[in-house]
Amino acid sequence: MSKAILKVEGISKQYRLGLVGTGSLVHDLNRFWHRIRGKEDPYLKLGAINDRSAKATEDYVWALQDINFDVQEGEVLGIIGKNGAGKSTLLKLLSRVTSPTTGVIKSKGRIASLLEVGTGFHPELTGRENIYLNGAILGMTKAEITDKIDEIIEFSGCEMYIDTPTKRYSSGMTVRLAFAVAAHLEPDILVIDEVLAVGDAEFQKKAIGKMQDISKGEGRTVLFVSHNMDSVLTLCTRAILLEHGSLSLEGATDVVVEEYLSRSSEKSQEDLTKRTDRIGTAAIKCTKIEMLSTATDRVIPEIVSGMGVVFRISLEVFDKTLIGEEINIGLTIRNRNGTFVTVLNNKMTNVKLYINEEKAYFDCRLDKAPFTLGEFRVDFNLQRVKTKEFFDRVETAFVFTVHDGDFYQSGTKNAFGRQGLYIDQNWILNE
Amino acid sequence: MSTKNDNWLFEISAKRKLIELNFGEIWRYRDLLFLFVKRDIVTVYKQTVLGPLWFFIQPLFTSVIFTLIFNNIAAISTGIIPAFLFNLSGITAWNYFKVCLTGTSSTFKSNAGIFGKVYFPRFIVPLSKVISNLIKFGIQMLILIGFYCYYVFWGGYELSPDWHLLLLPLFVLLMAIYGLAIGMIISTLTTKYRDLSILLTFAIQLLMYLSAVPYPISQLKEKAPEYSWVVDYNPLAQLIEGFRYSLFATDNLYFNWSSLAVTSVAGIVLFLIGLALFNRTEKTFIDTV
Repeated sequence: MSKAILKVEGISKQYRLGLVGTGSLVHDLNRFWHRIRGKEDPYLKLGAINDRSAKATEDYVWALQDINFDVQEGEVLGIIGKNGAGKSTLLKLLSRVTSPTTGVIKSKGRIASLLEVGTGFHPELTGRENIYLNGAILGMTKAEITDKIDEIIEFSGCEMYIDTPTKRYSSGMTVRLAFAVAAHLEPDILVIDEVLAVGDAEFQKKAIGKMQDISKGEGRTVLFVSHNMDSVLTLCTRAILLEHGSLSLEGATDVVVEEYLSRSSEKSQEDLTKRTDRIGTAAIKCTKIEMLSTATDRVIPEIVSGMGVVFRISLEVFDKTLIGEEINIGLTIRNRNGTFVTVLNNKMTNVKLYINEEKAYFDCRLDKAPFTLGEFRVDFNLQRVKTKEFFDRVETAFVFTVHDGDFYQSGTKNAFGRQGLYIDQNWILNE
Repeated sequence: MSTKNDNWLFEISAKRKLIELNFGEIWRYRDLLFLFVKRDIVTVYKQTVLGPLWFFIQPLFTSVIFTLIFNNIAAISTGIIPAFLFNLSGITAWNYFKVCLTGTSSTFKSNAGIFGKVYFPRFIVPLSKVISNLIKFGIQMLILIGFYCYYVFWGGYELSPDWHLLLLPLFVLLMAIYGLAIGMIISTLTTKYRDLSILLTFAIQLLMYLSAVPYPISQLKEKAPEYSWVVDYNPLAQLIEGFRYSLFATDNLYFNWSSLAVTSVAGIVLFLIGLALFNRTEKTFIDTV
């Protein structure tokens, strides 16, 4: 049996909701009064569980509740869960930024995380000086940085400007330099939050490659947080699933990922009006998403690649003053593992949509559905054009299944066996 | 469970000791301390025309104005010490206390970004402020010494510092401790109640007048004896006066060992209170800031 390098025992974290104002002083005094009498903190007893959707009835909320797990040396542990499940709170606790309300985290090694890209950069200092400063903030010694500085500069691709103050850098360069420093950390336990999509596409590829190198090789202990099930599956040996602030499943990666995916598929079967795991002002909400065949104009549960389909989005206005408002509907389509496939958005086609009735529906027609086989997930976004605020956002609002079909009408089965998109293509024989 | 046999590098929990200063950890992060100090010094006057000259200009001009107002107009006597030199020494010392206080009092507020993302011993930040300000103070001491020599050799003043000069570093240390202690207390309170940072800017201005900076204690006792408690119970006044005494060693200034002892003990107690509050806050402030 290998040894546990990190032990998380009974961790909970409570947050106070709302504003810190006069009420907080009263609470503080009350708490203080209880403590000097040797009594328990009166506010630790209350607190709703971390369900964003439920109306806040309490002033306190448990972002994490009674989390227990071990990490073995050399293990790559995936942490998955929806937005708001407590992943970032857990990371904050692990990186010692804030301390838990109850429970203990024990560690045998230094923990550093890649989520603090660019912290402590001072605009007046040069790139080189900032590498030292940033490296030291992240826990490296000066000697360690000096050893690696050439490597860091090369990785960042900022050689030319390294002795220029960073205030003259473009934002992309700053991020690249910052990531380069973070990527060269060598802590005993590394926390990676893959959501840090930084820099341009080329650099992003480099960055993710570097993260994967770190996690795969070198036998380093890594905690890997990601939305992308593909990378969790390839990198992690074990995974934990967080739901509403509690640890709901722990085990082999494929088992946990499978469970997570089927749970969110189940969610999509629910009536969309009853779903509470949504973000936004809720002045206008999506009540239903359906898929129709253009040939029959009837709702179909499953489609075949290449056929004509319509996504029908039904909305309901709850704030009547908004009738006539210009809106923007976005559907983000992901594959079964959460990897981005494409976006459908009326803004991209330069079509203006207005909601003129209390209940209305909008159609997005695809003359030839380009999806290859498998299950696809649709995230729903509804934005107010005037203010850019979100009325409604639902992750995995809709799921549809695609059977591989003859997209190119070439008479052959085209299946390439993976989830993706067909695109129109023309091959030319040059003689 | 065999957790007792395991030696954990560190534990993160809600429990905490009242006063905790992990010197080993601070030592491990010494490079960071050094880099913070360097950053503070290098970046202040970047892209200014006069650059480091600003270190000199502020105390010099203030001393000139003080001499004009307090000594020429209000006719406060400074004994055998030239008025300008008297003011310059007081202002130099007070400035050090002031920058330590203001520097540390914004620790949490101005570093919320870093503190919210990465862990390092938080005490490094106020400590770096005290050290970088000490370097600036050292530079300002050079002009003070320059004028001191000028008055002695060319001005014909008979100033003769004695062995009390050896106490000078102690007074500087005490000023740093007071600045750090009060600064830490304010910094912890401002994380929740921002009012204090607004109060601080003018409170520190008023405090200077109560702390024997523009006048010697003897003058206050002579002209307004009913208010002598203002300086008697004010450790900062004792420090400024003591700082001057160690430089000039004249009977006009007030100095005794017992008040130095009381001031030192009070400073250490205050520092421990500040540290306890600081320790309490550093763990969870990010939730309330």
